[in-house]
This record gives sequence, C-alpha cells and structure tokens, in this order.
Amino acid sequence: MELYSRRILTNRIGIGLSMIAMAFGLAALMWILWTLFSKGFAALSWDFFTQDTPAPGSEGGGLRNAIVGSAMIVGLTTLVSTPVGILAGIYLAEYGDTSRFAATTRFVTDIMLSAPSIVVGLFVYALMVATLGGFSGWAGSVALSLIAVPVVVRTTENMLRLVPSTLREAAFAIGAPRWQVSLKVTLRSVRAGVVTGVLLAIARVTGETAPLLFTALNNQFFSTDMAQPMGNLPVVIFQFAMSPYDNWIELAWGGALLIALLVLAINIGARVLFRHKT
Amino acid sequence: MSEHMVQISEPATLQVRGLDFYYGDFKGLKSVSLDIAHKRVTAFIGPSGCGKSTLLRTFNRMYDLYPGQRAEGEIVFNGMNLLDKKQDVNLVRAKIGMVFQKPTPFPMTIYENIAFGVRLYENFSKSELDERVEWALNKAALWDEVKDKLQQSGLSLSGGQQQRLCIARAVAVKPQIVLLDEPTSALDPLSTAKVEELINELKSEYTIAIVTHNMQQAGRISDYTAFMYLGELVEFGRTQELFVKPKVQHTEDYITGRFG
Repeated sequence: MELYSRRILTNRIGIGLSMIAMAFGLAALMWILWTLFSKGFAALSWDFFTQDTPAPGSEGGGLRNAIVGSAMIVGLTTLVSTPVGILAGIYLAEYGDTSRFAATTRFVTDIMLSAPSIVVGLFVYALMVATLGGFSGWAGSVALSLIAVPVVVRTTENMLRLVPSTLREAAFAIGAPRWQVSLKVTLRSVRAGVVTGVLLAIARVTGETAPLLFTALNNQFFSTDMAQPMGNLPVVIFQFAMSPYDNWIELAWGGALLIALLVLAINIGARVLFRHKT
Repeated sequence: MSEHMVQISEPATLQVRGLDFYYGDFKGLKSVSLDIAHKRVTAFIGPSGCGKSTLLRTFNRMYDLYPGQRAEGEIVFNGMNLLDKKQDVNLVRAKIGMVFQKPTPFPMTIYENIAFGVRLYENFSKSELDERVEWALNKAALWDEVKDKLQQSGLSLSGGQQQRLCIARAVAVKPQIVLLDEPTSALDPLSTAKVEELINELKSEYTIAIVTHNMQQAGRISDYTAFMYLGELVEFGRTQELFVKPKVQHTEDYITGRFG
C-alpha cells in the first residue's frame, strides 16, 4: 500500500509538471493569436481587399496589391518546388541508396532546411537582382523556392521510406519498371503525407520576409508583372508596422492576421487530409 | 547429403543447376540443383532460414533490388539462363509472377490493382481490359465477391480477399510460373482453404512453386516437394514418396516433427 500511494504521488507530480509546461506553451500561442485578432480584425474590411497600399499620409487604403503579389510569388514557388521537390525526394528514397551523389544531395538538403532565410535572400540578391537589373517577383519566387524545395524533398523522402518493402517488391514482381513502381505505387501509397509536406512548405514560405526583402522588395502599386518589384504581404507588414502612420499600422496587423489565418487553414487542411487518407 | 533426384521424368519449366546465392559474404544457397515441373505444384519446405524463400526469390530475380545480393549458377527458363546479366528483368518478372506472405494490394481501386500490371505489357482497349480484369478475378475466385465494388480501394477488402486479389493480379498478366511465398501464413483457416483450392485449380494452367511452413499444406497441394536445410537441398522428389518414405533421415526427422 505504501508503494502504491508513492506511485500515485509520483504520477500526480509528473502529470502536474507536464500540465504546467503545456499551459505555458499554449498561453504564449493564445496570447499571440489574441493580439493578432484584437488588433487585426478591425482592419479586415472590403477596402482591405480591394484597395492598394496607401501613400504616406493618405487615409484608408488596403492590401490588394500585396495580397495579389504574395499569391503570385507563392503560387509560382509552389508550381516550381512541388515537382522538383517530389522528384528529388523520389530519387533519394528509391534510387539513391548507395550513390555518393544522393548522399551529397541529402546532406545539402539538410543544410538548406536549417539555413537562415536571410542568407537565401542575400544569395538570390547576388545571383539575380544585382546582375539582372533589379528587384523582381521572379527573384522572389526563386528565393522562396530555395526554401520550399528542401522541405518537400525531405518529407517526400521520409514518407517513401515508410513504405513497406513488400509493397515495393510486389510492384516489381509483376514486371513494373522502376519509374512506374515509384510514381504509381509507392508515391501513391503515401500521397497524403507528401501533399501535407507541400502544404507545410507553402505555409512556411507564405510568411517568409527576409528572402523577399532582397528580391521582390515591394511595390506600392498594383502590379502583376513578375519582372518588376512586387508588393507582398510580409514585406508590407514589415514596413507598415514600423511606420508612424496609424492606418499603415492597422493594415500591418490586418496583413499579419491574414497570413496567420492562412497558415492555420493550411495546417488544419493538412491534418484533415492526413487523417482521412491513411 | 545431397544425393537426391534432380531431374524429373516430366517436362520442366525451370531447370536450376548449381545455384549459389550470396548475401554479401554469407552463402545463402549452396549448389542447389532441381527441376520445377511444368504445370505442377512444387513445394519448398524446411526450417526458417534454410534458404527456401531465397531460392524462390532467385526465380524472378527479386534479389536484384538489393545491392550486395547475388546469385551464381544457372536457372534455365525458355532456353535462357535467367541469371544472365543481359536478361530483361522486368520481362522475366512479367512471365514469372509472385505472391507474397502478407497481402500487398496496391493503393488503388480493385479494378486498377489488376489493370495496372496488364497495361504494362498489353495495349488493350477498355473492353478488352474489362474482360481481362473479370477473367483474372474469376481465376482467383474473387469475382463474385467484388464485382459490385470494383471501384473501391483494394485495401478495403479482408485479408483473405486481399491475398486472392494479389493472386488475381499475378495471373492477370498471364505468366508461365506463379511463385507463392508462404501465401497463407497470414490467413485464417477458411481463407487458407480457399487459397489452397485455388492453387489446385491454377496448376492446370500454370507452373507453381510454393514456399510453406505448413507441412500438411505441402502434402495436400503439391506434386513435388523439396526439403531444404542450411542453404542446401537435402531431398527432392514426388510429394507422396518424400512424405511416405523419405530417403534421407534428416527429411524424415523434419516431416515427423522430430527435428532438432
């Protein structure tokens, strides 16, 4: 009995400590969300989505140009990094077991995963902006792709490694060539996980600021020309939040809320997808 | 110890001669020679690790997927050595199908599970493909159970049904040989009985090689039996003879359960 009550006590202390830790983490998150909602919600209006960023000193305005710019830059990033990342992931998991090239690729991917995004921004600045005549949406997409591709590569490879070897063997056993085994059987069996990886990569790059500062920069006016500097949410938030104008600051909060909601939606979407498809 | 029959008096689909197999430095098969009879069932028995699965996996070059594994010797199939580096491995596998221990339906519909393999080597119209899918599912005695849900996922079937789906998938490409690697060890007795029945029917059209841990099963369904131990073929012969009067003491000990 003595032993039993001691175990109950230890158990309670253990659970108590974990609860405190959880409450601490949750409280920080809730605080952030609450601040975002209370300050950003006021900014969300019809004008917020239909008007462009206001000039210094003028009233009102919205983030239409930044929203469209972000959508275009992130959209292009997704179009590029999804196939590249998935194919590279397939190569690493299905073909590159023994090759040195694959080992190197894997190593570089891991480094890229943890590389500070500002370094990526500077790299693309030196590579494209400084040499090709200025800031552009293209350069922004290139920078974001460099961040998104490693995420997609890693999740795709990890997912494919979870595929039981028996399934792979079964596909080979009916005479399927390797590329068909990879694309039609193994990749298909983990598609929910791979799509989740892509969604998380999108979520990650949607909020990236540093790479865009050096590449797409910003544009006060509405523009769909990827060869020109382009408005985008993170950089607008960065600039507006530190400005002296009240309406700019309010727009920055609105933009931050919009990104947070988008990332939240993507994460929930990824979870729902994962739950139903596996 | 290897004084046993190699050649059989009937036509052989596969002739294995002096086959050695290596997992890296470890020798998994030691100079194995035997014939796999045409349109008969040949069973491989023996304790775990004796090399029976390894032998089966040389017949369709499955070991090719793993670096470090290699086979030496001869396996003659349609007049060619299967182990020849120049062999088109995919083509070999289309002619020598395999069903595994655990059911492995592909992550697609029941229909697609069958059609996937057929499309690899046939240029069929939709109706020809439909016909082949129905034919294969009938062969595997599964058609009646799934004909109304061909568009459902293959993973939605029960374990026994999944295994018959895998058999249907293997016969759908019309192979000459079907290799079965412990096909019933993950199934309940009822499903096992169904699969055994199936094997009995399939042997009128296909050459079958089966690895099994179940001695009764080998006795029930096979025409020839090979007993293997530590990578060697200890005894090979007609199933009735091998089970009733084994020539080697070791075989007798194993099939009577006195092994050890």
